[in-house]
Amino acid sequence: MTVEAAPPPEAPAASAEYDIRLIGLTKRFDDVVAVDRISLDIDRGHFFALLGPSGCGKTTTLRMIGGFEEPTEGRIELGGVDVAPLPPYKRDVNTVFQSYALFPHLSIFENVAFGLRRRGVKGGDLRKRVIESLELVGLAGLEKRKPRQLSGGQQQRIALARALVNRPRVLLLDEPLGALDLKLRKEMQLELKRIQHEVGITFVHVTHDQEEAMTMADRIVIMNGGHIEQLGTPSGLYEQPRTAFVAGFLGVSNLLEGTVAGEDRVTLTDGTAVQVPRNVLAGRTGTVSIGVRPEKLRIGGGEANSLAGTVTESAYIGVSTQYILDTPAGPVTVYVQNDRTGGQVATGERLTLSWSPDSTFVVDAEEGAQ
Amino acid sequence: MGLSFLHRRQGATPYLLLAPGMLFLGLFFLVPLGFLAYQSLESGSIDFGYAFTWAWHNYSGAITGYGTQFKRSFAYAGIATVLALVVSYPVAYWIAFRGGRWKNLLLLCIVAPFFVTYLIRTLAWQTILADNGLVVRTLTDIHILSPGDRLLATGTAVVAGITYNFLPFMALPLYVSLEQIDQTLIEAAEDLYASKWRAFIRVTFPLSLPGVVAGTLLTFIPAAGDFINAQLLGSTTNHMIGNVINSKYNELIDYPAAAAMSFILMAIILALVLIYARAVGSEKLTG
Repeated sequence: MTVEAAPPPEAPAASAEYDIRLIGLTKRFDDVVAVDRISLDIDRGHFFALLGPSGCGKTTTLRMIGGFEEPTEGRIELGGVDVAPLPPYKRDVNTVFQSYALFPHLSIFENVAFGLRRRGVKGGDLRKRVIESLELVGLAGLEKRKPRQLSGGQQQRIALARALVNRPRVLLLDEPLGALDLKLRKEMQLELKRIQHEVGITFVHVTHDQEEAMTMADRIVIMNGGHIEQLGTPSGLYEQPRTAFVAGFLGVSNLLEGTVAGEDRVTLTDGTAVQVPRNVLAGRTGTVSIGVRPEKLRIGGGEANSLAGTVTESAYIGVSTQYILDTPAGPVTVYVQNDRTGGQVATGERLTLSWSPDSTFVVDAEEGAQ
Repeated sequence: MGLSFLHRRQGATPYLLLAPGMLFLGLFFLVPLGFLAYQSLESGSIDFGYAFTWAWHNYSGAITGYGTQFKRSFAYAGIATVLALVVSYPVAYWIAFRGGRWKNLLLLCIVAPFFVTYLIRTLAWQTILADNGLVVRTLTDIHILSPGDRLLATGTAVVAGITYNFLPFMALPLYVSLEQIDQTLIEAAEDLYASKWRAFIRVTFPLSLPGVVAGTLLTFIPAAGDFINAQLLGSTTNHMIGNVINSKYNELIDYPAAAAMSFILMAIILALVLIYARAVGSEKLTG
């Protein structure tokens, strides 16, 4: 964007390609390790989501980037410059807080103008940029109101306008939609994505809601217990989770334990042989778990991998029906699209399921399926 | 029929709840105030009795005779209020933001002097500021005071006493308003390029204004009418209007003059409070 700090001569040229670079970032609170040696590169212009359960360290990571927590160890590079020792007001980063944190004693105009005024923007230029920013979030005309006169959704947009008006290198969003009701949240998800496209600023968005992260982000980092589980695109993480945690956190998955029997073959505990793409198995040996998503399973044969079992539970959810099967290799969940009327399978019936080797992923077994 | 009865009773509830308070205020504030107003326009003496004569000269006499004491009262009260604000703001700030689990204990320390009666607390300052006391000796040793200078029986001592005695009235409202400030707002200010000091000036201080207003009023109003500090720590040249009213009432038994002075004091305080409230903005008073 326009506000680009010139990299100091000693900064490595390569790191300037990234907007944010975290190197061995660690935060300890007394004897609790909240963030454990995280290293991460965030490309310019991406919509990045830090996703994980509460207590996984995602908010602490965000607060360290914003400057509200001091790292115990590690570097935080913004455009190639280490900002870890700098206070928040010297960082080219702005934050949208979970509680919005609008200044209650200032008008909407002054709230949005706050950062610009601190940077010496005045008069017509100030006015123009504030109005532009309010237009961006669709709230022009409210500048004379006080924050408490606005609805929660409007306050959320003002918080966004107040941060974006400064055209920061990076915008940090700390669970910004958490306080909104479901309908408004869905609306704002698309709205945020649109705004990010429009302004082209790197967004780093913290959330515990996997659907929210999948909807908005083009890159997701899944965090757990202070470290990074996996980084990837929404579909990459969903299709090829590398750990049992990721497989369980993003959607529903069936994990079946087995032993590697070849470079593209796993034998399940009941002796069933399963074909796995070579690159997915990636030379693993010994005990692993193979995974397959419930919607990738088909009733009947026809695919290379198959497994038979007895239906123990069925739940009709309208668009699909969910069955749980008891198979010799373990319980398996399957979603069947209700694309025809009738054809429900009764509890106690035996079914054969099959799936393509390409829909199979592998996670290390010792972490165990939940 | 039954329903309308219920409705009427609900309509009366607020008044029933207000009644005890209003009754109390009426009996013990408005009635005596009216009596005082009546008395302030009487003339006569204790020996020959007082009679209501629309004696406005009680008012003009008070202003011409005791203008100095009036001015001194507001000057002392004003200085003491500013000092109390300057002293207690950092304390209240620290307790509110950094007090942690010690908050309650620290607040207790602020109110601790109240466990000792007002008179004793003020008398203690006589000892503290005494001519051969520790404070005077130390200040003389470091050449802030010249040998022979005193603190007791000076305006400084009176202002110091008032400041000390009313400090909790300043500190507690300040604490309450500071404690309510959402820390995220200060983080947001710093996020928007405000240094710690700018964030304080632009966010923390404006948001603490209701406490500043409440604290200054709670300090200034009783301080302006105080006479104990001037009596115990000052000399006759430091007398405030409270001392004059006290002596008119208790020693000279000149009830009409004392009543007139009380009314003038009340009127000036009321006027100053209104000007102050207008200047700060009535919105700030309500938060």
